[in-house]
Amino acid sequence: MNPAMNSALNSGMAPVATPWFFYVLAVVAVASGVAVITRRNAVHAALALIVALLAVAGLYLMLYAPFVAGVQIIVYAGGIMVLFLFVIMLVNIERSTKERRFNRMWPVGLAAACALLALFVSAIVKGKALFSDRGMPLPEASNTQQIATLLYGEAGRMGQYTFAFEIASLLLLVAILGAVIMTKKKI
Amino acid sequence: MPNFIMSYLDPNVKLTPGSAGSQFWALIYVLIIFVGVSLTVMWLLNWVERKALAHFQVRLGPMRVGPHGLLQPFADALKLMLKEDIIPSEADQFVFWVAPLIGLFASFTVYTVIPFGPSQAVSDMNIGILFMLGVSSLGVLGIVVAGWASNSHYPLIGALRSSAQMVSYEVAMGLAVVSAVLMTSLNATGTGTLSMIGIVQAQQQQGVWFIFKFFPLGLIAFVIFAIAMVAETNRAPFDLAEAESELTAGYHTEYSGLRWSLFMLAEYAAMMAVSSIAVTLWLGGWMRPFPNLLHAPAWEFVFSLFPGLTFLGVAAITFVGVARMPSQSFFKIQRIGLAVFAALLGFIALLLLVIAVAGRSADMSVAARFREGIDYVYWFLLKVAVFIYLFIWYRATWPRYRFDQLMKIGWKVMLPISLGVLIVTAIVGVIVS
Repeated sequence: MNPAMNSALNSGMAPVATPWFFYVLAVVAVASGVAVITRRNAVHAALALIVALLAVAGLYLMLYAPFVAGVQIIVYAGGIMVLFLFVIMLVNIERSTKERRFNRMWPVGLAAACALLALFVSAIVKGKALFSDRGMPLPEASNTQQIATLLYGEAGRMGQYTFAFEIASLLLLVAILGAVIMTKKKI
Repeated sequence: MPNFIMSYLDPNVKLTPGSAGSQFWALIYVLIIFVGVSLTVMWLLNWVERKALAHFQVRLGPMRVGPHGLLQPFADALKLMLKEDIIPSEADQFVFWVAPLIGLFASFTVYTVIPFGPSQAVSDMNIGILFMLGVSSLGVLGIVVAGWASNSHYPLIGALRSSAQMVSYEVAMGLAVVSAVLMTSLNATGTGTLSMIGIVQAQQQQGVWFIFKFFPLGLIAFVIFAIAMVAETNRAPFDLAEAESELTAGYHTEYSGLRWSLFMLAEYAAMMAVSSIAVTLWLGGWMRPFPNLLHAPAWEFVFSLFPGLTFLGVAAITFVGVARMPSQSFFKIQRIGLAVFAALLGFIALLLLVIAVAGRSADMSVAARFREGIDYVYWFLLKVAVFIYLFIWYRATWPRYRFDQLMKIGWKVMLPISLGVLIVTAIVGVIVS
């Protein structure tokens, strides 16, 4: 953070991220999340999912994680959802809207959702004890650089997560190769 | 005056309003950009494109509404607003209605991070370029959804083509951008930046535009981006999504009136947005030519005269146009109108020249700051204007690709080259540092 910005922040300018934004984003995320599973039309559901993903990206921004928010928009809202829509558009919507939507597995799904909810509630209730203040939000201006340091390390030193990062990218590479080989018999 | 207005006018605050946390000025900037971009797109770009295309094809282009058709875009806009807005009865009403807005929002949101100058941007986001790529890639959703909601064959094919094309070219585009971002890390600390303003400042510190860095690596990455951005905005020769010879009008076949014009607005705004990315990443953003070589105050003064001289030149051309108008009484009103327009341009030129002279001292007087700001915005917009002209030139010159050719170029030519450039740039960067 440069000194000019420090002085600007200290001179009493309020941060833009107010609780008001949180409530708006949270309501939008939950409402569109519900819409995803209740809409009969698959394209409407996909659009609702995009809205939900964008709202979550906004929440990441409020948590001072701009990089995660940016990646969320590029990868999920931009890339994956376009492919989703691409496929859904070719489905016969008239027939799929008449089909029964919840099969007999719904109690299992409900149980899993309740378990997740309980986890979140417990995390909120005793959050202070579970998560220490050590990881306080970094200043927005250096957040991305900090992620780079964690992933790739600084001059001559391996980062904390370099190994995990490389493993994950290798896994993705294998998945890509597998997808290519499975769809294309003749190479 | 209230504190929220004065706090940002302090000459020591050299920040974008977003970084300074000044909501009021951020809003003012957003309004200026929104009105400025809409007007430029609606009036200037529309007129220039029609005129330039006409002249490429040895036609006159619009000549009737206003002198040399200068008011034609306004007549068009009026017509589009008054036209009946038809929604096909079989269409998905809500999605049909919301699709143009998605594209419009995506292409206008991008302008929040475009740096017209070191403090002439709405916000200096830490993830600037990432945000730009992400949000501008949302624009394709508008096209896809529009094609689907029309519930008609041509729009659906157009939408499918467009989404396939955008997804393929985004890859090459992203890799080219990464190789430019890599170059920003060649400084003492070894950490680069994703911030749009930071990228231009990195070029300033290294004393070279990234297009010339590690010649020819920067140039190749730039060319890849310049091709991919034409594909990304669905412009000729990559405009298969709206190929009129095969698909009538592609994804917006069923659209009419104001909604159709929203698509056009979004397309032109996206053109300007991607041009700004290219300018920021490779062409030094707001920097004037040779800021390191010719940095004497005399040179500074000479370069600050450019905005005024440009307007003076345009005014002179317009006056020549007035003089060359036929002297029949039929053209009298047009002639007066053009003369008034020329006088207006001349007045703006005079104003800019006065500011350049008054603000030539390097101290931080109000005039000097004003002059500085005008210079930044002028050089940025000049570079963007070159790209816009190139877009029109492409459209007039090249025939449309076939779809398989398009995919072949995207995946088999652009992607390997951009990957190679990225790898070589990284290696050279490590060797140099």
